[in-house]
Amino acid sequence: MIETMTAPVQEPLASERKPIEHLSIICSKGTLDMAYPGLILANAARMSGIDATLFFTFWGLDIISEKTVDHLHVPTVGNPSMNIPTLLGGLPGMESLATLMMKKEMEKLDLPTVREMLEILSDSGAKIYACRMAMDMFGRTEKDLVPQVEEVITAMDFFDKSAGAQVLFI
Amino acid sequence: MLHEYAGKTIETTPDGFLVDSAQWTPAVGEALAAEVGLKPLSEKHWQVITFCREDAAKEGQSPTVRRIAKLSGVSMKELYELFPKGPGKLAARIAGLPKPQGCV
Repeated sequence: MIETMTAPVQEPLASERKPIEHLSIICSKGTLDMAYPGLILANAARMSGIDATLFFTFWGLDIISEKTVDHLHVPTVGNPSMNIPTLLGGLPGMESLATLMMKKEMEKLDLPTVREMLEILSDSGAKIYACRMAMDMFGRTEKDLVPQVEEVITAMDFFDKSAGAQVLFI
Repeated sequence: MLHEYAGKTIETTPDGFLVDSAQWTPAVGEALAAEVGLKPLSEKHWQVITFCREDAAKEGQSPTVRRIAKLSGVSMKELYELFPKGPGKLAARIAGLPKPQGCV
């Protein structure tokens, strides 16, 4: 039998690992259930002293558009976590009902609205950007966006602004 | 972990929160703040720390950043200026309270 003399591999302590310094989140979905994860993670980052950058693209633009920010929906069709038959989910009123239920639950937890989350993020120093190409594609201009949006930028600009960041796609 | 703050031997969690918040005194708070580079503490810092201690005594848990911004009279923006390394953990830590459990 061959005896190996290697030291046992030891997990580094959490305090010895290099901490995250910058979190960059790409928000590409515009439903209520997909809006919150990005917003809450960015806020948690800021609360821990981590820089946060948010890049809203494709349907994610709905999260930062004046017309839609207060009216995001929970999808009842094509949502595998919804646990109701797809045909039922497509009935009129189902989506409004699911949205209402989720909003009620969030109110119980005293979770801020999407608009308020954007205000909190902006106050906390998080940077909020909109995607140039998605804006052109959906025919939106800067006037259509909430005031917390810093700038409309390209994907390449986004990577420049994400220097040293962990990038997360939602 | 055992530390010496303001002449007292005090036990903290691995991430620096006091195990027993009753051991806290304003001098301990100053020592905890100095440890994270906050020195000296301004009047606004004390306004936040005092609010956190009073609120935690009433509610039984450390206030979240949102709660501090809503009720302490110090705005969200100011909180981030006062605690640039993150008001979420630092306000509670300097106030000798446990790590806040809220995500917002």
